[in-house]
Order: sequence, then C-alpha cells, then structure tokens
Amino acid sequence: MRWLQVLKPITPRARVVLGGLSFVLPIVVWCIVSYVPFVWHPQVFITNPGSVSYLERGMRMDRSAFDDEVKDAHDENRAPPEGTPSNPIYLPAPHEVAAALYTSFTQPPVSQDGQWLHQSLWHSIQIIFWGFVISSIIGVPLGVICGTYSALARLNEPFIEFFRYLPAPAFGALAVAILGIFDGPKITIIVIGTLFQQVLIIANTTRKLDVNLVEAALTLGTKNAKLLSRVVIPGILPDLYRDQRILLGWAWTYLIVAELIGTTSGITWFITLQARYQHFANMYAAIIIIGIIGVGTDMVLALIGRRLFPWDRTLAKIA
Amino acid sequence: MNIHGNPMNQFVPTPLLPSYLEQSPDVTARLDRMKAREVILDVQHLNKLFGTGEHTTTALNDINFSTHRREFLCVVGPSGCGKSTLVRILAGLEEKTSGQVLLKGAPVSGPGSDRGMVFQGYTLFPWLTVKKNVMFGPEVNGHGKYAAEQRALQWLQLVGLEKFADAYPHQLSGGMKQRVAIVRALANQPPILLMDEPFGALDAQTRCRMQTHLLEIWRKIDITIVFITHDLDEAIFLADRILVLSAHPGEVQELIEVPVSRPRSMAQLLSPPFLATKARLEELIHSKAAEDEEEDGGSYEMITRLTSVTDNVE
Repeated sequence: MRWLQVLKPITPRARVVLGGLSFVLPIVVWCIVSYVPFVWHPQVFITNPGSVSYLERGMRMDRSAFDDEVKDAHDENRAPPEGTPSNPIYLPAPHEVAAALYTSFTQPPVSQDGQWLHQSLWHSIQIIFWGFVISSIIGVPLGVICGTYSALARLNEPFIEFFRYLPAPAFGALAVAILGIFDGPKITIIVIGTLFQQVLIIANTTRKLDVNLVEAALTLGTKNAKLLSRVVIPGILPDLYRDQRILLGWAWTYLIVAELIGTTSGITWFITLQARYQHFANMYAAIIIIGIIGVGTDMVLALIGRRLFPWDRTLAKIA
Repeated sequence: MNIHGNPMNQFVPTPLLPSYLEQSPDVTARLDRMKAREVILDVQHLNKLFGTGEHTTTALNDINFSTHRREFLCVVGPSGCGKSTLVRILAGLEEKTSGQVLLKGAPVSGPGSDRGMVFQGYTLFPWLTVKKNVMFGPEVNGHGKYAAEQRALQWLQLVGLEKFADAYPHQLSGGMKQRVAIVRALANQPPILLMDEPFGALDAQTRCRMQTHLLEIWRKIDITIVFITHDLDEAIFLADRILVLSAHPGEVQELIEVPVSRPRSMAQLLSPPFLATKARLEELIHSKAAEDEEEDGGSYEMITRLTSVTDNVE
C-alpha cells in the first residue's frame, strides 16, 4: 500500500492521473449503466407494439409488465410486442446529454417564451455576482474588524451567530413584499445566505493572524489605523482570498432557492421547464454547465491568487 | 562554542580559577568608561503580578537595574524567572503592575519606535520583501519612501544582505532572517535594542556566527543592547554585564561584570576569566534549578532497567 500513506504528498504524475480519474470514473459508471443492456435497464423501450392495443412505438414500460404481455401474446397465439431494454427517461445516456449540450447552443429554444441556455445562465451569473458583491462590501470589512477588535466581535458575533441559522429562503416572502418580484429579492436571498457566514469566517481568519507579527509592528512604532492597514490586512489577505473563493461556491448553492422566489428565472427556470417537458437531457446539460462554470471560476481564481500572493506558503503546499 | 550542557564542564577545576570578580586593568578601564556614559534605561522597583485574588503569582519582584549608553547587558536565569516578561514590559508589550521604566530619564508606556525589539520567532512580514521589511519602521514613522529605501539599503549592506533586498523572507535561512530582523529594528535608530532569545531557534554553528555578527554591529553603531538568553556561554561571550535573575519569584540575584576582555573571540571560551564567570553563573542558576528538579521528583535512579545485564553501554 505504498500509495496510501497518511499525510504523505503524492508525485506530480499521480496528481494528474488521479485528478483525471476523479472525473473519468463517474463517467465510466454512467456509461456502463447506459450502454451495457444487462446492467440495470429496468424498463423496455417499445419498438413494435405487436398485438397489444395500448402500446405505442416509443413507449417505455416496466420489464415485468412487458414480459407478462409477451407471455400472454404467446399463450393466445397473437403477435408479441417487441422492444429493447432501456433505462427510465430521467437517466439519458452520455451521448444524448452531449448532444443536448451542443444543440442548446445551436438550436433556438422550442417553446415560444423560451430562453436560450446561455441567456438563462447569464441572468443567473448576474444574480450571483451582485449578491456576492453586496455581501462582500458589508461582510469583508465587518469580518476583519470583528477579528481585529475583540470588543466589536463580542458586540456583533452572538447576533450574527443566531441569524445565520435562520434559513435564507424563509425571508423570501418578505423580500418579495419589499423588493417586488424581479431580481431584487433574488439578490437579497443570496446576500442573506452568504453575508452572515462571511462575517464569521473572515473574523476567524483574521484572529488566526500570527500575533507576533502584530507585536513586531508595535515595537516598530506602528499605531492604530496603520496597524490594520499595514499588518492585519496584508497578513490575512491570502487566507481572506481563499475564504472568498469558498464563499462564492456557497452563493451558488443559494441560487436555486433565490431564483424560485417571485418570478422563476435564470438557470432554475430553464431546468424546471426542461424537466416539465421531460427533456431530461437538456436538464443534465444545464446542470453540467453550472458545474463547469463553478469549477472553472474557482480554478481561475486560484491561479490569480498564486500570482497575487507569491509569498504565500499555503498555496505552494497545495500546488 | 556550546560547552553548555556538556558534562565535562562539571570537572573544570574551580579552585584553580581566579575569582570572577578579578578584572584585568583593561577590562576595568573599559567598564569604567561605560559607567561614565549616561544612563539609557533605568528600571526602578519593577513588579509584575499575574492573575487576581488568591491565584496571584509574582512574576517579577522589585527589579532594579540600569544600563549605560552602548552597554551590552545580558539577562540570564532559570526557566520561569520572568526574563521574557521583563523584556516584554521594557518593550511595552505587557503592562507592569508597579514600578517605573525610564528611557533617557522619561517614563515609557506602551510600545514605541524608541525601543527596538528582536523576537525569538521569525517575525519578518512574509508579504514584504527584505528591503521593504527594513523600510517598514521608517515608513510608519513618517519618513518618506525614498529616504526609507536609502536607509534600508545601507542597513542591509551593514549585515551583508544587500543581494537579498528583493527576496521574500521565506527564501532566507533562519540566520539571515534574524539578521534582517535586527536591522529592521535598528532602522528606526532607537537608543536601545531589546532581544528576546533571538538566536534560540538557530542551530549551534549559525548561532555562533550570529553572536560574532551581533558584536560587530554593536561595536560599530551607537546602540545599547538588552539581550535575554538561557545560554550561559552566549551571555558571557556577548555581555559587558550579566543580570542574573532567580525564579519564583523573579528577582535580581546578582549583576555580574564580565571580566573577559574585548574584542571577544571564540578562543576566549576556555580562558580562565570566562570559565570563572561560567562557574559563578552555574552556581547561581543551576544549584537553584537542581533543587527545583528534586521537588519535581525527577530522579533518574527510578528508571527501571529494560535491557539485558550483559548489554552495557558504559
């Protein structure tokens, strides 16, 4: 078990291979379930209804019911129905999703008031962006100040601690009553969902600053405001940046709830619509795109972070 | 250099050594010159209590001493004697319970740029280059960026680190980091430099080089140094005078004038005045420490033999 050692780093080659496998393995499982006929496939896709009157070409039915029909037809010397083993409609095969992914960008939407996938996505990204920016404008300074001054932390944190347990969607109705049915309440839900965690996390990060650095700065004659701007903030900046990356991920999890409030919009609306018409391939395509956008943003931010903070040793350890 | 901790040390024939109080004329003359200079730091009846009510412990009890301009004072004592607390009070990082600390006659309160400090741990700002670390003090004290930069480069030249001006602290070795920490403190041009076991985290050879280096800096610039250490050799090698503290409570036991002549070199480590001073320090510190150890019940005789009786290492 040379490759399972506690807290031992792995070789760069192994990093690449294992990183690839973490995506390849689930796809392989998906392919096996989709393309190997004797794995799962609990239903039958009717290719020829035969003599069974209620069957139609293109229908799916449970295998046991199909087997019964075939048996009855044999017993009664009628033409038996024909079909191929298939999975339920909610699990399309990889190639179907890939095709949907492609057509969602090339073919105009089917329904009349339909939006293109990228239009829905763009709307969602804007909601996330503004929610996160507003939350950060309040949350980052408040967090840093709470982490720096114990008195202010005590004054703020117990209430924030209480408030963060109140589920953000619970404020949905209130937000709609105050801000109308369009983007206002949606952004508000993202802010409520992010802000309170943000203050507490950033306050904790600030408290983890090496107190020796502050003392060194004090003995060099640094006073009040300069202590904050020249020692505390630069000292926590790489960790604060990492926190922001994690918090941005959390903001995405609030997106679906936020978009269901008022008029359903954005990617949530797209997904709901596709599911309603049983276009599950389109739905999966949308979900995959959300994932790609999320991981992609995070990877870009990580790269930028490495450029911004060349002295940061934590980043070097991960890389 | 690290004789300290070597058991051979206990067999130094003490009766043959001169008294640590005997000084050669050059040492006496040098110390007289030092005492003739003005007092820089004056500590009067300094007390420090920790805790409140019944749980109060006395960390420092009626500490009195003063240092003269350009003196090198070392503070030694057993662990728990409050030497770190003392230097932190001098730096203003901790509050004193009572007493006075006077710098050039004026009482000090809180930390300030008039007392430089070098810590045991590495406290360079990791987000600043070496040069910007040294510029930090002058800049926050209102000197212009250009002046601060010129000054920083001069200081780095003094310790031979000008090549590393644009490196980040994590790219330096431990010894180099502490050299930068020293010049960062000196860049404010404080009258006094406080050092809290600054070489404690370094390996023996590096520590040795750093001591020689520090003496060079001290010789060349107008600075008074208060240096905390638990390494007796280090204290004798560096100091003009050594303040010996006792533990529980921390009190001044003796202020020893080091009879070793200057300039110092590693060869003096085995000279009679050096060994005599060492013997006196051992007597003051380790006899007391041994008593404490007995109170802990830490006797080695209690350890049961776990090897075969024929398998001996001594």
